[in-house]
Amino acid sequence: MSNAPAIVAAQEPIRRTPVALLELMRGHRRVMASFVLVALLFLVAILSPVISPHDPLGVSPDNSYLPPLTPGHVLGTDELGRDLLSRILWGSRVSLPVAFVAVAVGLFGGGLIGLVSGYAGGIADLLLMRLVDALLAFPGLILAIAVVAALGPGLRNAMIAIGIVAVPVYARLVRAVVLQLKQMEFIVATRSLGATPLRLVLRHLIPNLLNPIIVQVSLSAGFAILAEATLSFLGLGAQLPTPDWGQMINSGASFLNNDPWLAIVPGAAISITVYSFNLLGDSLRDALDPRLRS
Amino acid sequence: MTAYVLRRLLLMLPVAFLVTVGVFLLIHLSPGDPALIILGEDRSPQAIAQIHQELGLDKPLYVQYVIWLGHIGHGDWGRSITTHQPVATAITERLPATFELGLTALLWSLLVAIPLGTIAAVRRGSVADQVATGITVAGVSIPNFFIGIVLIFLLSVSLRMFPFGGYVPFLQDPLESLRHVALPAIALGTAGAAINMRFTRSSMIEVLNHDYIRTARAKGASWRRVVFVHALKNALIPVVTIIGLQIGGIIEGAVVTETVFTWPGVGRLAVESIFNRDYTVVQGIVLLAAFSYMVANLLVDLAYAWLDPRISYA
Repeated sequence: MSNAPAIVAAQEPIRRTPVALLELMRGHRRVMASFVLVALLFLVAILSPVISPHDPLGVSPDNSYLPPLTPGHVLGTDELGRDLLSRILWGSRVSLPVAFVAVAVGLFGGGLIGLVSGYAGGIADLLLMRLVDALLAFPGLILAIAVVAALGPGLRNAMIAIGIVAVPVYARLVRAVVLQLKQMEFIVATRSLGATPLRLVLRHLIPNLLNPIIVQVSLSAGFAILAEATLSFLGLGAQLPTPDWGQMINSGASFLNNDPWLAIVPGAAISITVYSFNLLGDSLRDALDPRLRS
Repeated sequence: MTAYVLRRLLLMLPVAFLVTVGVFLLIHLSPGDPALIILGEDRSPQAIAQIHQELGLDKPLYVQYVIWLGHIGHGDWGRSITTHQPVATAITERLPATFELGLTALLWSLLVAIPLGTIAAVRRGSVADQVATGITVAGVSIPNFFIGIVLIFLLSVSLRMFPFGGYVPFLQDPLESLRHVALPAIALGTAGAAINMRFTRSSMIEVLNHDYIRTARAKGASWRRVVFVHALKNALIPVVTIIGLQIGGIIEGAVVTETVFTWPGVGRLAVESIFNRDYTVVQGIVLLAAFSYMVANLLVDLAYAWLDPRISYA
C-alpha cells in the first residue's frame, strides 16, 4: 500500500468545504460515478436487514445447491441451503465496518506519529521514523498474518492487524505533507503572529491535510477490504457461520466442479467493492492533483 | 557512491534491529504457552517447567532475545514445534518452489505490462488507453485467490487445459513444470501486471515529452524506433525499481496463491504453521520475508541511484 498517490494531492493547500467537494464531483465524472458506487455499497450494508430476502444463517437442507435464478433465490443457495443473495448482502456489513475500523486505526495511529514527527522534527522525528521504517520492512500481508498469528484468528484481530499495516502509510503521508506545509508562508506567518503549536496544528495543519488523507482513505479502504477477505479466506479472519465474503469463497472453492457460483458470487462482490474504493481514490487523486488540473 | 552505500547500510541497521525485536516480541508476547502445544495431553507442572528450561523461557525476556538473536546469527532458526525439523531446513526445502512461482509470475506480469503500458502511453487518451487504465484498477481490485479459483474452474476443471496442483521442478521437466506453474503464476502476477503497466505508462508519457525524443523525431527516426529504442529504455528505470520490490515481496504474494493451488512453497508452510500454532516456523518465515523485503528495498535504492544520475548521493 503506497501513499505516493495521496502525496500528489497535497501539492497545493486548499481547504475543501462540503460545497467544494460537490463542485469537485460536478466537474469530474469519474469522481461522481465512483462516489455513487461507494455510497450505494454503504446503503446496501445499512439496509441489508430490510432488503435481504432470507435469513443469512437460516439453514434449509432441502434447498441446498440451488443454482442462480431459482425463484425465491436469485443467486442460488449454498451447501446448507442458505440464500446466497442474503449472505452477500449481510457480508457487506462485515467487510465495510472492518475497512472502516482498520482505516481508523491506521489513520489515528499513523496520523499522530506523522504529525508529531513532521512538526517536532529532530530526535522525535528520527526515532519515530525508524519505527515506521521497521513496520514498512514487513510486507503488508505478512505483517497482518503475523499479528493475527500472534493474537489468534478472528474478525477483531484481523481489523487490528490490517490497521497496524496502515499505520506506517499514514505516518509517512502526514509527515511528508506537514514538512511541506511548514515551509509555506501562511504557516510561517501564523507562527510569527504568536499562534500556539496546538492552534497551528488544529486550525492550520489538519485542515490542509484533508485532501491527501481523503485520497489515501479511499485507497486504503480498498486495501483493507481485500486484506480482510484474504485473511478470512485463509481462515484467519471471520469465523463460521459469519456471512463473510472471503470465508464464503473458501467454503465455495470445495464445490467448484458442480457449483462454481458458490465461490464466484462472493468473489465478484469483493472485486466490485474494492474496485469502487480504488476507483474513488484514483479519480480523487486525479481531480485533486494540481499538475493534472492544469 | 561508496559513501551513499555506506550511509544507506548504516540507516538499515537500526531498522533491522527493530525488525528482529518486533518478530521476537510478536511470538513471545502472544497468548498461549508453547510448552502446552509441545506437551499436548501430558501437562504436568514438572514437564512444563522442563520444556521452559529447554527453550530458555524461564529466563528474562531480554536475555531470551539476545540468545535468540545469537542463534539466528549462527543460522540456527530453532526447530519446528510440530515436526521437530530445523526451521531453516523446512524453509530452504520449500524456497525453490516459491521462487519458481514468484519469478514466473513476475515474468508474466512484465510480458503483459510493458507492451500494454507502452501502447497506452503512445496512444494517450484513446480508447486503448482508457481500457488499459480500467484494467489496471481492476487488476489491483480482484483478489488473487479469486483469480486463482476462476482459472482453476475455467482452465483446469472445465477445459482441462492445465493440471490443478502439483509441483514439478523446472530442472526435472521444464515443459511439465511450466504447465503446472502457469495458472498459479497468472493468479499471482496479475496484480503486479496492473501495477507495472501503470508505471510503464506514466513513465513512458514523461519520457516521450523530453527534448531528446523530439530531436530524434526531427532527425528522421521513425516513431517506432523512437519509442522502442530511444524512449523505452529510459522509461523502464522506475519500472525496474518496482520489479525489485516485487521480487522482495515474493513470499507475501505466495502465501495465498500457494494455499489455493496447494503449491509446496514457503507461503503454504506459513499458513499451515499458523494453524498448527508452530510459532518457531512462523517466526522464521516472517523474519525471512521482512529481511528479503528490506534487502530488496536497499538494492532498489542503490540501483535507482546508479541508473538515474539525478539522484543525489549526498
